[in-house]
Amino acid sequence: MIEFFQQLLNGLSLGAIFALIALGYTMVYGVLRFINFAHSDVFMVGAYAGYYLGRFIPEHTIWGGLAALAVAMTVCAILGVIIERLAYRPLRSAPTLNVLITAIGVSLLLQNLGQFLFGATPRPFPELFPVTLFIFHGIYISSNQLVVIGVTLALLFALRFIVLRTKIGTAMRAVSQNPKAASLVGINNDLVISFTFALGSALAAAGGMLYALNYPSIDPLMGVLPGLKAFVAAVLGGIGNIPGAALGGLLLGVVETFVNGSKNWSTYKDAIAFALLILMLLFRPAGLLGSFTKEKV
Amino acid sequence: MPRPLLTLLIALAAAAALSAYSDHFDAYYLDVAMGIGINLILAVSLNLVNGHTGQFSLGHAGFMSVGAYLSAALTMWLGPTLLQGSDSAFWPQHYLFFAALLTGGLSAALAGLLVGLPSLRLKGDYLAIVTLGFGEIIRVIFQNCEPLGGALGLNGIPAYTSVFWVLSFGALTIFTVHCLVHSTYGLGFIATKDDEIAAEAIGLNVTRYKITAFVVGAFFAGIAGGLYAHFKQTISPGGFDFNRSIEIVVMVILGGMGNTVGVILAAILLTLLPEVLRPVAEFRMIIYSFLLIVLMLVRPQGLFNFSRLPSKS
Repeated sequence: MIEFFQQLLNGLSLGAIFALIALGYTMVYGVLRFINFAHSDVFMVGAYAGYYLGRFIPEHTIWGGLAALAVAMTVCAILGVIIERLAYRPLRSAPTLNVLITAIGVSLLLQNLGQFLFGATPRPFPELFPVTLFIFHGIYISSNQLVVIGVTLALLFALRFIVLRTKIGTAMRAVSQNPKAASLVGINNDLVISFTFALGSALAAAGGMLYALNYPSIDPLMGVLPGLKAFVAAVLGGIGNIPGAALGGLLLGVVETFVNGSKNWSTYKDAIAFALLILMLLFRPAGLLGSFTKEKV
Repeated sequence: MPRPLLTLLIALAAAAALSAYSDHFDAYYLDVAMGIGINLILAVSLNLVNGHTGQFSLGHAGFMSVGAYLSAALTMWLGPTLLQGSDSAFWPQHYLFFAALLTGGLSAALAGLLVGLPSLRLKGDYLAIVTLGFGEIIRVIFQNCEPLGGALGLNGIPAYTSVFWVLSFGALTIFTVHCLVHSTYGLGFIATKDDEIAAEAIGLNVTRYKITAFVVGAFFAGIAGGLYAHFKQTISPGGFDFNRSIEIVVMVILGGMGNTVGVILAAILLTLLPEVLRPVAEFRMIIYSFLLIVLMLVRPQGLFNFSRLPSKS
């Protein structure tokens, strides 16, 4: 039983990171209807931003860690806006496929620029937050796991507030429902899309830093697999649906951790996300919380 | 004789003639030529699925790996016993290789059928993600399959692939895809791409067209995998990952979806590009990805597609 709760906790802290990345995918899909493949590499840039900031701030302090997190999120928000402005905006009226390929191109570009600038060898990630290990009824809880879960919860509530309670959040929802109608009522679609990219990329940066804290080595290709899985999480929850992405992320994190901890199936942990995805799409294509829309002629 | 068949025969004869004189060519150029041929088979077969039928698949490397592994396993395990005792190994070896390639292709086609049946109910982005997922699952299965080398893969595969094999299968792929698409039956592929609902409304079995395209595409991907395995002589699951699939998709998109000549040119260009960029190896992939973005922005209809601009779907 103790092992079950231990795995559940590990799964939740991994799932929290998936959820943060998945939110970026789902928001961009909501407003632009395409898979932003470069998102997983923004996640990587977020981790590297944390790595370089770690040199300037004292290690093992909560405020230092949070400051690094905030700066990394800002850096990636700006990066996300730049990517959107230069690579995706010119293709606003092109077929989805072309945008998809451009996104893949941006993803490859970031990976290879990363390998060139940061070096291809994995690097140890600094311990930005104070590290202690709590033991609660036999369950090992590392302070980093608490940081991951705490930061994720805070960001989720902040996101919920922005999307539901602010003017720009309302505009975001309007654009995702119907871009043409949104611009008819005076919403500046381009601005909303830029804002969505900034928001999503900031969350990805937070995810990247938190991921690096728990899996303490980073490399320029680190984003690929978590990125794909986070996208799977977004689809599991119902793509375009913000609570769905958080739910899908947590679910995927927990399932993957349990598979990883099982005796015979641990080597299949990278496949389980896709197997879940396929099952979900076959039986409930709209995802857990999504609503199904029938295509009309 | 119909023109495509004549062209095929000429291409086969040219492949045979070329391979007879292959000793006179520099080994490096032959290697590049075989690399081009294998990529050409992959790109043209994916074009049937992505371009002509309009089903966006991101799992072509998965089917390629099925073909590569099964054909390599066949020549490595059965080869020694089958080739034993024959005086001249030339003909038995070629029969064995041909059988191995066919086995690889057929098992890839079977995998394509298994993947296609459930996933082709989905459309657009979802289909892309599911095929991507299947590609990854196939990779993880090979990674966990100890008899096939696990994560290390298979080493010491006999070097059976020659210019002749690559060129003739390249010609065969182009021939098959061309004839399939330009037949009366093949109009169904185009109809499926243009408007699925309309195609269904006039009584076409859209699902069947999609699966046919998928299985034929997977078959040739398997053949290409077999050729690749006996060309590189070593294969590992990591070589058939998501990025490999992307590489093939990029050839199809750059060539112009559904434009066979364009896709052939793009396959040649994109195989040569890394070779040309070898002196600046450090920046090679940066330039490659940068070019990809610029090309998409400047020529969204594909580099070699001069026919018409794509309409927003």
